[in-house]
Amino acid sequence: MTTSSTTSSRWRALTHHHLFWPVAVLVLLLLVNVPFTPDFFSIKMADGHLYGSLVSIVLFGSPLILVAVGMTLVIATGGIDLSVGAVVAITGALACSYISDQSDQGALAGVLLAMGLGLLAAVVCGLWNGFLVARMGIQPIIATLIIMVAGRGVAQLITDGQIITINSEPYKLIGGGYWLTLPFSIFVVAAVVAVTVVLTRRTALGLLVEAVGGNAEASRLVGIRSRRIKIMVYAFCALCAGIAGLMISSNTSAADGNNAGLWIELDAILAVVIGGTSLLGGRFSVGGTVVGALVIQTLTTTIYTIGVPTQTNLVFKAAVVIVVCLLQSPKFRAKVFGARFGAGSGAKGSGKPAAAPADPTAASEAAPKMEVS
Amino acid sequence: MSATTQSPTASESRTPSGAARLLGDRRLPVAVTALLFLLMYGVGLSRYQNYGFGEPQVFLNLFIDNGYLLVAAVGVTFVILSGGIDLSVGSMIGFTTMFTAWLVERQGLPLLLVIPMALGVGALGGFLMGYVIHNFEIQPFIVTLAGLFLFRGLCLVISKESISISDSSVSSMAQAQVSLGMGFLSIGAIVSLVVLAVAFYVLHYTRFGRRVYAIGGNEQSAMLMGLPQGGTKIAVYTVSGFCSALAGLLFTLYIQSGDPLHATGMELDAIAAVVIGGTLLTGGSGYVLGTLFGVLVLGLIKSIIQFEGTLSSWWTKIATGVLLCAFILVQRFMTTRKKT
Repeated sequence: MTTSSTTSSRWRALTHHHLFWPVAVLVLLLLVNVPFTPDFFSIKMADGHLYGSLVSIVLFGSPLILVAVGMTLVIATGGIDLSVGAVVAITGALACSYISDQSDQGALAGVLLAMGLGLLAAVVCGLWNGFLVARMGIQPIIATLIIMVAGRGVAQLITDGQIITINSEPYKLIGGGYWLTLPFSIFVVAAVVAVTVVLTRRTALGLLVEAVGGNAEASRLVGIRSRRIKIMVYAFCALCAGIAGLMISSNTSAADGNNAGLWIELDAILAVVIGGTSLLGGRFSVGGTVVGALVIQTLTTTIYTIGVPTQTNLVFKAAVVIVVCLLQSPKFRAKVFGARFGAGSGAKGSGKPAAAPADPTAASEAAPKMEVS
Repeated sequence: MSATTQSPTASESRTPSGAARLLGDRRLPVAVTALLFLLMYGVGLSRYQNYGFGEPQVFLNLFIDNGYLLVAAVGVTFVILSGGIDLSVGSMIGFTTMFTAWLVERQGLPLLLVIPMALGVGALGGFLMGYVIHNFEIQPFIVTLAGLFLFRGLCLVISKESISISDSSVSSMAQAQVSLGMGFLSIGAIVSLVVLAVAFYVLHYTRFGRRVYAIGGNEQSAMLMGLPQGGTKIAVYTVSGFCSALAGLLFTLYIQSGDPLHATGMELDAIAAVVIGGTLLTGGSGYVLGTLFGVLVLGLIKSIIQFEGTLSSWWTKIATGVLLCAFILVQRFMTTRKKT
């Protein structure tokens, strides 16, 4: 009797870990591929590069992971950033148009300057978003809508409405090159994720971000510079989007102001939600987001490999959003699984409802009016 | 128009300064947008008078070319007034164009049968989203995002390629002109104006309209007062879904084809029109007439850029963004003034 209760409590501890469900979904999705592609998990070595489905999932998912990591912190402060797709387009457009103007497109100094220019523009966009949200007190969804609408216009202005193609070896490395047998973008993503985790979990910064997201006014009163934190977070999110923009334009060796990063903001938000970060703010999990982004990319790959027509991709995605959100909703769990299960899983879901009864103004800033109890 | 402004008038009567009263008036944003529209129209007149900008038909074309956007924006106005948001509008419009084109062209159904079906599907989609939002307390943003993916995906499921409509009833309907003496309007434009009038009546003169404002103003108070907030919320998303489907039908008439990529991102145009029209995004304050002016301003930007000729289409996006920014800041200053 005692042994069974300890195993069940261990099982409960495991299933209640915030990464359990996202990882379980990811593993399940990966396993779905095996009957269709028996060598799905095998990784081959060719030309001194590693090839395999797993490698390509990470490679193609890299921009999404980057954007989603930035988005996680913004969402943790109770905000949202819709402008990342436009920032992706602007960064790629600036970098590519600068490189295409060079006489020697392969010159390292020129490429570095182009990347610097692109990232600078991204950070400026982020600071502008942060300024509107933190200083002017505008709802994040609206404040970032401005750059979302205008940004693509700016990107098209930079590229003159054309798709600029470039031919630059050093620039190609970021999104399409290999280093130490692995795609170079994996190292970029690893670096950004590592820096984010260290900054947020080894310093007090993560705590401050969560405090601001929990209740911006209260955290300001206890002495946290909540406005500055918010501005920093938006700038960081835009920087991540900028790096993703470099990666996407580098992978295709082209800047497309109209289509680069299209819908990536929605995928990123989806990744954050799948990763278990509450959209109400006040709590976040960078690891969960990375897993969430991988889930989305695996879903896309799986749809390709099992031979479902690719156009149903979006329908699948919609189904995943709905299922994940329903499972996260305490009210849904209570209704469907009965009151007992709903109460039992309260510990797991506590992140979500706990943030809800916070200051109504802070919560309504995060998303319009969902804090009804 | 003053039907819903009872609460501010009481407090305003105590403020002595006329300027303060003007700044506190909820109708000011609409007036500003209307003024902006007139100003822009004036600039257009002075610049392109020789190119026929002054002709009444140019003005009427604003309604013909933006009727579908007006209908979609009216639906979004309901949602935003109730404090929610609907991101599925553009996808729903695209889906309706596909659905209609597919049924009319590939299945050979008569248009008169397809129209109610499309409207029904739109309303049902909105109802389901509202149902999930209310019953499971998931944020509207996420639920309608799922709706966005779902309907865009369904477009592609119907067909990856665009379906052009050669049905005679569709083309005769699309080409029908309603003469107004100084010019003409298309059927789409007439329908959009009717929708606007109905929305105006519903929002300002019915119990349902007052509930929408009440829930957007303060959901908790509305609930404590015993308003059926669940039903109202679901109804608001149903209205938005219905309007999106209707906008999709108008768009189909306007463009006479169904394409899985039609109206991508139009939810943002609709939201922008509502915001520029002076509706507060936090809900509870705004007028559907403002939405009309928001749509007209966006349409005027497009036609001025067309008249300019040298400017390229991306300036539309930039101008929309700048205007959006300006109006959001104006709203912000007005709401802080009201609080203090």
